[in-house]
Amino acid sequence: MTTTPEKTDLVSVTIDGIQVSVPKDTLVIRAAEQVGVQVPRFCDHPLLAPVGACRQCLVDVPDAGNGRGFPKPQASCTLPVAEGMVVNTQATSEVADKAQQGIMEFLLINHPLDCPVCDKGGECPLQNQAMSNGRGESRFHGLKRTYPKPINISAQVLLDRERCVLCARCTRFSEQIAGDPFIALIERGALQQVGIYEREPFDSYFSGNTIQICPVGALTSADYRFRSRPFDLVSTPSVAEHDACGAAIRVDHRRGKVMRRLAGNDPEVNEEWITDKDRFAFHYATEADRLAYPQVRDEDGSLRPASWPEAFAVAARGLQAAGASAVLTGGRVTAEDAYAYSKFARVALGTNDIDFRARPHSAEEAAFLASEVVLRSTVTYADLESASTVLLAGLEPEDEAATIFLRLRKASSPGRPGGGTRVVSIAPYASRGLAKMHGHLVRTAPGAEAAALDAMVEHAEHGIDKRSVILVGERLATVPGALTAAAGLSARTGARLAWVPRRAGDRGAVETGCLPNLLPGGRPVTDPAARVDAATAWGVDRLPEAPGRDADAIVAALASGELRGLVVSGVDPDDTSDPAATRAAIEAASFVVALELRETEVTRAADVVFPVAPVVDKAGMFVTWEGRPRTFEAVFSSPTSLPDLRILAGIAEELDTPLGFRTVAEARAQMEDMGPWDGERAGLDGSPRSSAATRPATGDFALATWKLLVDNGSMQDGDKAYRATGRAPVARLSRAAYDAHGPTVTLTGDRGSVTLPAEVADLDDDVVWVPANSFGNGVLADLASPGSRVTVTKGADQ
Amino acid sequence: MADESSKSLKEQFWDPVAGFGVTFRTMFKKVVTEQYPFEKTPTAPRFHGRHQLNRWPDGLEKCIGCELCAWACPADAIYVEGASNTDDPDGRFSPGERYGRVYQINYLRCILCGLCIEACPTRALTMTNEYELADDNRADLIYEKQDLLAPLLPGMEQPPHPMRLGDDEGAYYRGEFAAPAPTGREAGK
Repeated sequence: MTTTPEKTDLVSVTIDGIQVSVPKDTLVIRAAEQVGVQVPRFCDHPLLAPVGACRQCLVDVPDAGNGRGFPKPQASCTLPVAEGMVVNTQATSEVADKAQQGIMEFLLINHPLDCPVCDKGGECPLQNQAMSNGRGESRFHGLKRTYPKPINISAQVLLDRERCVLCARCTRFSEQIAGDPFIALIERGALQQVGIYEREPFDSYFSGNTIQICPVGALTSADYRFRSRPFDLVSTPSVAEHDACGAAIRVDHRRGKVMRRLAGNDPEVNEEWITDKDRFAFHYATEADRLAYPQVRDEDGSLRPASWPEAFAVAARGLQAAGASAVLTGGRVTAEDAYAYSKFARVALGTNDIDFRARPHSAEEAAFLASEVVLRSTVTYADLESASTVLLAGLEPEDEAATIFLRLRKASSPGRPGGGTRVVSIAPYASRGLAKMHGHLVRTAPGAEAAALDAMVEHAEHGIDKRSVILVGERLATVPGALTAAAGLSARTGARLAWVPRRAGDRGAVETGCLPNLLPGGRPVTDPAARVDAATAWGVDRLPEAPGRDADAIVAALASGELRGLVVSGVDPDDTSDPAATRAAIEAASFVVALELRETEVTRAADVVFPVAPVVDKAGMFVTWEGRPRTFEAVFSSPTSLPDLRILAGIAEELDTPLGFRTVAEARAQMEDMGPWDGERAGLDGSPRSSAATRPATGDFALATWKLLVDNGSMQDGDKAYRATGRAPVARLSRAAYDAHGPTVTLTGDRGSVTLPAEVADLDDDVVWVPANSFGNGVLADLASPGSRVTVTKGADQ
Repeated sequence: MADESSKSLKEQFWDPVAGFGVTFRTMFKKVVTEQYPFEKTPTAPRFHGRHQLNRWPDGLEKCIGCELCAWACPADAIYVEGASNTDDPDGRFSPGERYGRVYQINYLRCILCGLCIEACPTRALTMTNEYELADDNRADLIYEKQDLLAPLLPGMEQPPHPMRLGDDEGAYYRGEFAAPAPTGREAGK
């Protein structure tokens, strides 16, 4: 489409009398930018295929390179340059200027004069270009064409057809980039308009991008509608905190409140696209249950407000009295905060019992992270485009890493030279996302991923070689042997391997050692030299030697009384592999320090509660799945909203083991001083390979599940319109199972049962898929433990 | 300093009393002192006084919350937040899609220049001749929307209520309503 391939053959053209050399096939409109002339345009977008729909970019071409000129002005956004071409834009040509003014007059004939109430007013290309390239006065005296306005084309996106200039950016984006062509130009002539299918909403995870690229106010969002004007807003570049993709965003705020978020432009990461989750899910930080002050548990058993110094002291005393303590950080922390947790556990609590994984995990995964992931950044987004084959295992990119999805969709588009990248997915069924990536399915029942990965080597059809990339999702941790198999496949074929977690803080937590077997910078706990290196950097005598417990073992040890203290942050028990056990462990712990953004059941059970800053209130760094550091600055400066690392530093000072930093900048400097480990990495071979789960095979269906992009996650609270765009929870079954059980099915597992509408998908006959967190408290709390089987019965019709 | 004996006769005898001539003459002139605040004189008709948010004849607000006044304000004295009108009876404050949910003018900042009036696309914001804008605390000088809205005249109805003068906002803007607002609402609320 618009990637500029490495081309050395330059073409020289004359634009407005200035000679310029540009690569072959460059469009005249871009060549004009090279000489500093901005030709007005609406439909042209550098990441979309040229279409020439709006005709605003007309220029005069007196010589097309062959000595003859075009008799009429030409659309410069569809005209490639030719050697010797002469182009006169509106800057030097009366003809081009008059043509542009004429087009502008046509566009404005039916455009309503509602700029004062339009969300785009003030940042509107039509407004700006009507001023720069339009006539001062209209000669039109008739009635403007009107439509009822606005109409919802999804719960979030509103369409105002009067304002539309038919540039087709939204429809082209949906078709070319997102692959959700639920929106199209319908009717003809003066009645042409953007429309949706009857009874089919504009169902796309990327619909917000159409709002951003709309050059007029025809598409607006229910969330931002009439909330402010562009000239009110202060913009801060930032990084999306919802997934591990590190998409660049722009946060617009007014009077201490975030009003909206837009996609940033980072060609190396997200180009100009972000998901609706990154765009609309920011209200969680201003929910009513946000914690505002520290709390400590009083003698009568209730939580009471406390000052920061008192809470630090009480937390330190309590942890000291409790003895053996552990740390659970959750996957949402920034790298600096993760580093603080890691150092706090080792230096202040003297333990390696720390784990960031608030989800089903395994010891095999910890070993895999230590040997294959930490400090490695072998795959980048650009590599996905140049790879011959991308193998996905335990990863549904559209739901779990949507920026990867867009890259893979772009890479695999059939129109690319060489046919593009082949996408092969080891998954239970061919999802809509896989179809959009033109992918091939290796149908694999849950639990059989390891075997499928092993079989890939011989699978000549899929041809994994050293130009291939293997992307493994965090869900593979629940499949014994699968991560080892992926590492083995990579080693045997030379294909590059990358681990794609779901949460923004996961990779940073690996790098900073929030794992029982890793110290910061990838230093293996079991390596004495690495321990000495870390101890020297931190100026302490020694660090704990034994590898610590992982999150499940911490939960078990808390329940059995081996561990008595707990520092917990951003962990939702329903995300963990055994929600009931996690709740019981928090109850059983003699002293719990909770660091949380909002009141949760964990903070209600804790002995000391600290409020932590949301990402808008602090600077920090997320590390993407590639290993790319993505730093961002604070949007607001709020003195009562402290990052986790400041709170940990406060507690550590009370414990007489100061961490040596109090601010994000100091923590980052200390991390950089400490640096990565240059010694030997932990190997995967000697590590314990998890034994195959010995769960009773009571049910007759294997349960496949992952979290949808838009689901019930607590960081998506606060925007009804956004949540309404989520996909309704369904159970997916094979055709045979659907025929046997009907349109509504009841799934029963070892933790409960749920009734959902059923849908047919190309699953194996003994596999059922449900979304992981779109109903009730989620699959792990309400249905079944990871890797277990469920029974499916005909559900009562509702 | 000059010696007393060095002054001329004029300087010695005339000059000291000459100044009283002004006093003496003024005693027979009309007094210009205004007895404000006991007696108030009207201002010039276009005097820039306190703002007013106007209403349509049926009582709906003319303000559409577009913030152009706030944009025009050189003193950053105006703060507006828009919101969406809805078509249920309790959701309409102005004709059209949008109304001003929050409207504040800070008279500690306002310089009464009138640029906001020029910016207003619906003539919602005009200025009255009221100039008594003093108070003993800062908070009370931030006028809220209810302080600025024009009083309800006979025939007007306190919003929210549906559009009474036409089917759509175009009828309001084009002035396609003949009579002033109908009184006595049959639509019971």
